[in-house]
Amino acid sequence: MRIDGRKKDELRPIEAKVGVLKNANGSAMFRMGNTIAVAGVFGPREVHPKHKEEAERAILRTEYRMSAFSTTSRSRPGPSRRSKEISMVIREALVPVLFLEEFPKTAIDVHIEVLQADASTRCAALNAAALALADAGVQMRDLVASCSAGKTNGEIVLDIAGKEDTDGELDLPVAYYPHKKMITLLQMDGIATKEEMKKIIALAKKGCEEIYEIQKKVLKEKYKEGDKDEQ
Amino acid sequence: MIETDKELIKNIVMKGKRLDKRAFDEYRKIAIESGVISSAEGSARVRIGDTEVVAGVKMDIGEPYPDSKDAGVLTVNAEFLPLASEEFESGPPREDSIELARVVDRAIRESKCIDFKKLCIEEGKKVWMVFVDISVIDHDGNLIDAAGLASVQALASARMPKLIKNKDSYEVDYENRSKEKLPMSGIPVSTTFVKIGGQIMADPLLSEELAMDARLTVGTFDSNGKIRFCSMQKGGNGGFTEDEIAAILDMAEEKGEELRKLIKKG
Amino acid sequence: MGDVMEEESEIIEEKTETIEKEEKIRKVVIPGDMLGTGRAGHGTYEENGTVYSKVVGLMEKRDELIFVIPLCGIYNPKRGDGVIGRIDEISFSKWIVDINSPYQAVLPLSEAVDEFVDLTKTDLTRFFSYNDMVFAEISSVTKTKSVQLSMKDRKCRKLRGGRLIKVTPAKVPRIIGRGGSMVEMVKELTGTQIVVGQNGLVWVKGDNEDIAAEAVLEIEQKSHIHGLTDQIKNMLTEKMQKGDINEN
Repeated sequence: MRIDGRKKDELRPIEAKVGVLKNANGSAMFRMGNTIAVAGVFGPREVHPKHKEEAERAILRTEYRMSAFSTTSRSRPGPSRRSKEISMVIREALVPVLFLEEFPKTAIDVHIEVLQADASTRCAALNAAALALADAGVQMRDLVASCSAGKTNGEIVLDIAGKEDTDGELDLPVAYYPHKKMITLLQMDGIATKEEMKKIIALAKKGCEEIYEIQKKVLKEKYKEGDKDEQ
Repeated sequence: MIETDKELIKNIVMKGKRLDKRAFDEYRKIAIESGVISSAEGSARVRIGDTEVVAGVKMDIGEPYPDSKDAGVLTVNAEFLPLASEEFESGPPREDSIELARVVDRAIRESKCIDFKKLCIEEGKKVWMVFVDISVIDHDGNLIDAAGLASVQALASARMPKLIKNKDSYEVDYENRSKEKLPMSGIPVSTTFVKIGGQIMADPLLSEELAMDARLTVGTFDSNGKIRFCSMQKGGNGGFTEDEIAAILDMAEEKGEELRKLIKKG
Repeated sequence: MGDVMEEESEIIEEKTETIEKEEKIRKVVIPGDMLGTGRAGHGTYEENGTVYSKVVGLMEKRDELIFVIPLCGIYNPKRGDGVIGRIDEISFSKWIVDINSPYQAVLPLSEAVDEFVDLTKTDLTRFFSYNDMVFAEISSVTKTKSVQLSMKDRKCRKLRGGRLIKVTPAKVPRIIGRGGSMVEMVKELTGTQIVVGQNGLVWVKGDNEDIAAEAVLEIEQKSHIHGLTDQIKNMLTEKMQKGDINEN
């Protein structure tokens, strides 16, 4: 048993919703325990400034931000080195599933806001972003699911959060492209043996598979509504 | 970019109607939830139709301003999140996000609904700093009223963090929030009206704001059972006649009361 | 590839016609869903002999061809589509047209005007000027998305006056209705002219253009509701009887 009563291989409660914003072309909210992320996609649209466009593919731009009130002590609004790096790894985790060649010379903008932060914010951000991209009608090979696993009090556990995170020994977030069984985001901080590492990666992958099922379910639910009513 | 015709909105208004079939003095459906952000001392999400705003209150210890050594400090900041509209981009704050924060700030400050003297910890040295951060999540018009409601609800539901006094210094314990509320009395709210084709209407949609001639925001609060005005802001490239302003003040009084009833104290 | 596209657009047309009548449940698919074996059409991709969906949409299968009709997304120009555009730029022998997509379209003089035009003596604004609205057909789209328009078809024309409404491109089939039934009904009941562009722009003109515009927005919002045609019919009949537009 863990501090919050979960089993070692148990995710925090998840809540997900597609189509939460009116103005964005696609949007989604993803909540993992006390971490909440909202993503909005604009595009494909014209690229400004023009010199950034690519002749044969769309460019993907991602922006990860945190609300000032999302953390225990207020975080200053505006980009930081941390948020820039996270924006980048999120982008690189999403690119493999996108058919960017379908919309050459355009930009697809993914804006993600973390409203509440309690560990794995980049994972919640990615999960919301993948759903928002599909909701925007962007051509994709698959969705991308993300979660983290780690080590706390010498135990290997899934989806580290709260006190486990602040006192944790190791955190390893991954993003997973299920169709290809490919890991598209992988970071780690902490110390572990090779055996432990393998176990942690396998556990995170298992968590992603669970999240993937939830993503598919909520995405279909949003669009099924219309279908049902047509009967 | 090609958009729906602005004239269409004006024409519909000229016929005594609005795009979403509301009466001119009618607000859209308003939903207020408090305590939506557990990392904040106080928070609220407000939806007015498809407009959505989240406000969070964070508190910290800081130094007072030299000209008010015995008073706490209020800072209101607004972020128009890029995900809320195609028009919002990251980068330096837009002038309308600064205006939004300042109008909300003015209504709170001028109504004196918070007793800043009670937020003094040690005169001239340490006071409570209260940060109200507003995130605009989705924009379908009337951001000021939504942000005003969210800020006031976040303040009303806030619980002060525990203050730990060491020998010569203070520390804030965010893990253990006290049961203590902010010293607050009265509820200031902003009510916004636009003029389109000579008609005055409350709670504008984004499409109405794009077609408007001018906008007027009026802040009111309750003072011992009496309604008082505490702030105003005209916006847009047009103006109002005295009669129009008088009519708006009447409506602001009435609509302000309606909005105030939606705020849960504590 | 060209053949597949054409075959599909025919099927899509037929299918949108049957959207209302045929009340079978069509399968909602999402990116990565396995669709079976066959020829991979629009909205799908093939990998190791299996066809998968690459968009959120409704799956269709005709003989060997598998394709997905998207339920969301921006407008992606396709040859043969009738679109509404706005003249944004005029150059020596062509117009640049905004067609509500990430790609601007080009309307060459030769595709717009039948008569001989002496370019040294003629100001092109004589035909189309800045901000003029046109209904045109997409005559070609290259791989790198150079889009060309033509106005040779009889239905193509300049749209003078009237009002423009922006809708979700994926909802256009619903606004048109089975064999054009929905838009024809709105035209008839309101006595307006209506032109629907596949690119999510609708143009209305007439004394009752506001009522017609309201109906279009209503159809867009309630596109998933069964019996929508009757509902819109009742709404319009009621409004027209009240003489809603001229009084009030």
